Amino acid sequence: MLSIKNLHASVEGTPILRGINLEVKAGEVHAIMGPNGSGKSTLASVLAGREEYEVTEGEVIFQGKELLEMAPEDRAREGVFLAFQYPVEIPGVSSTNFLRTALNQVREYRGQEPLDAVKFLTLMKEKMKLVEIDQKLLSRSLNEGFSGGEKKRNEIFQMAMLEPTLSILDETDSGLDIDALRIVSNGVNKLKSDKTATIVVTHYQRLLDYIVPDFVHVLYKGRIVKSGTKELALELEEKGYDWIKEEVDSATAV
Amino acid sequence: MSTLTKQDTFQSLLDSASSSFASIRTQAKETYLTQGLPALKEEEYKFTSIAKKLESKIQGFKYALPFAVSKEDIQSALFEGFNGDVLVFTNGKYLPELSTSPEGITISSLSEVRNTPLGSIAKPEKDPFSALNLASFSDGIFVSVPKKQKIEKPILLLSFNQANSGQVIQPRVWIEVGDFSEVTFIDHSISTSEDSYFVNKVVEIKGGLNSHVNYYRLQNESKNAIEVSNIHTDIFQDSRFTSVNLSLSGDMVRNNLTLNLLGSNSEGNMYGVYLLNGKTHVDNHTNVDHTIPHAESNELYKGILADQSRGVFNGKIFVRQDAQKTNAFQQNNNILLSEDAIVNTKPQLEIWADDVKCSHGCTVGQLDEEALFYLKARGIDKNTATGLLLYAFAGEVLEKIEEESFRSYAISLIQERLGSKF
Repeated sequence: MLSIKNLHASVEGTPILRGINLEVKAGEVHAIMGPNGSGKSTLASVLAGREEYEVTEGEVIFQGKELLEMAPEDRAREGVFLAFQYPVEIPGVSSTNFLRTALNQVREYRGQEPLDAVKFLTLMKEKMKLVEIDQKLLSRSLNEGFSGGEKKRNEIFQMAMLEPTLSILDETDSGLDIDALRIVSNGVNKLKSDKTATIVVTHYQRLLDYIVPDFVHVLYKGRIVKSGTKELALELEEKGYDWIKEEVDSATAV
Repeated sequence: MSTLTKQDTFQSLLDSASSSFASIRTQAKETYLTQGLPALKEEEYKFTSIAKKLESKIQGFKYALPFAVSKEDIQSALFEGFNGDVLVFTNGKYLPELSTSPEGITISSLSEVRNTPLGSIAKPEKDPFSALNLASFSDGIFVSVPKKQKIEKPILLLSFNQANSGQVIQPRVWIEVGDFSEVTFIDHSISTSEDSYFVNKVVEIKGGLNSHVNYYRLQNESKNAIEVSNIHTDIFQDSRFTSVNLSLSGDMVRNNLTLNLLGSNSEGNMYGVYLLNGKTHVDNHTNVDHTIPHAESNELYKGILADQSRGVFNGKIFVRQDAQKTNAFQQNNNILLSEDAIVNTKPQLEIWADDVKCSHGCTVGQLDEEALFYLKARGIDKNTATGLLLYAFAGEVLEKIEEESFRSYAISLIQERLGSKF
């Protein structure tokens, strides 16, 4: 589904990603872990098309298409979804109006009829249950005055509405209490299928108790320095990142 | 090069002024001749050199005469769902035969109500254009709402302007609203020509005890129209006045909006949106005078500027020594969509009382890139996303319009502009 080859990216001339290689197949869950500043969120942002990142080398093929050639909105329409680490508050834009606009533009791109108000509301009600989100929240402006947990839940709700093929969760767990974490993870798990894939970017292993990964990759200094199964995450939880840093730093020193 | 700051520029207008209100006109003429048009560096008109603009666009000033409009013209100018009375004007002249008569309200030409104290609210010495209008307006309209009347239907002041370059239209409106009465006005002008005519408008409004007056205004005239307006309001105890001013087009537009809070527990609201493109220049000068204790004023103006447009906001709040317990809030926010667009914004607070709550703020910025990316990342194209954000920005002001058909019309007009232009 997704094939990242030798991806290099920088911000204002400073290289952040220095050669990422990653293959993700349908039905898989990949966790990207790593210490702060290793480039985890940059990877998520580059895949979603954030403009301040400059790709200097490499390619990303998503379902046979050059992802990096596409505008952010086209990536979303093709089925890439980024759950933001910091969802933006947009006063004056109603959550419902926003979602309907987004969903209908995505549907139009996919050659589907736009949803009328009634069908849209029915769909919304159905998906709201999935993340236990309150109707009251959605009658407000987009994310305005939402708590941290409510914002993250709203991200997963939007994901449920847009039905992406590839979901990238950027530190969706950060700042969540146990209950919110459980709700968000349940939502993600219910949306998984053998046709979709999930990339979970996280600093902590905790989330992976709920969203169980097939593969765990450790990012350090802009490269994937170690890959393994979910046991690798447990090892990281126990031992921290220092041993990996040492391994990598001594290897490069030699 | 000659300059328009000379008093004789409008001599032909002054000479041919009507004979009604003779003594008021004579005084106003003297006031005007003493002041002259604002000079280039004059503080009040620093950013809006209207005299220079008039000089460059207009040669020889003459009255624009009233002209005929058909019932169909009027019908097609009404907002969808509008259910109210319509007062029709062409080039500033009230045409009763084409207008409806709102129930319970006295309406006539100003020349028929000769004891109207014109200039007592929009004082000619406050602004030379106001003085010029008072000295030389041709005729205007007198509207009087008696006491204890709730006028359910909105009253649309529908002006058709069709003048040749150099012609001057000087509308004059006097509105008095009796104690405990409520009424909503919608002031809408339509250009039927693209020439550089000059509109110099004065509206005086008096809101009695416990009255509620809404005055909504839509400026969407020709790209070449030059306009100065003076809308001055006096309100008394327990009354409320709300102005919503939407400026969407014109060459150079200057709005002087003055609100005198003359009774305690009165409330004045001044809201505005200016959505400008091309080379349109819009200047909103607002002035709130808190003369008594326990009154409140709220002010919110929002600007969206594209291309080489220019916006000016000057918000003066004057709190007199006696006006303790005043609440006065002012906010002006601007979004610039182009590097060539300019905004000059200036809060001007003069506070002489010591127990008041006053706040003001102004911002000038670009569209929030982070918000834009968020919308795009959900599949929304750039134009739609930009439109959504800009509309959200302006929407806060549009929500203040209580009259539904006008609000919907204004919203669709602005959405259309945001969708097509930006």
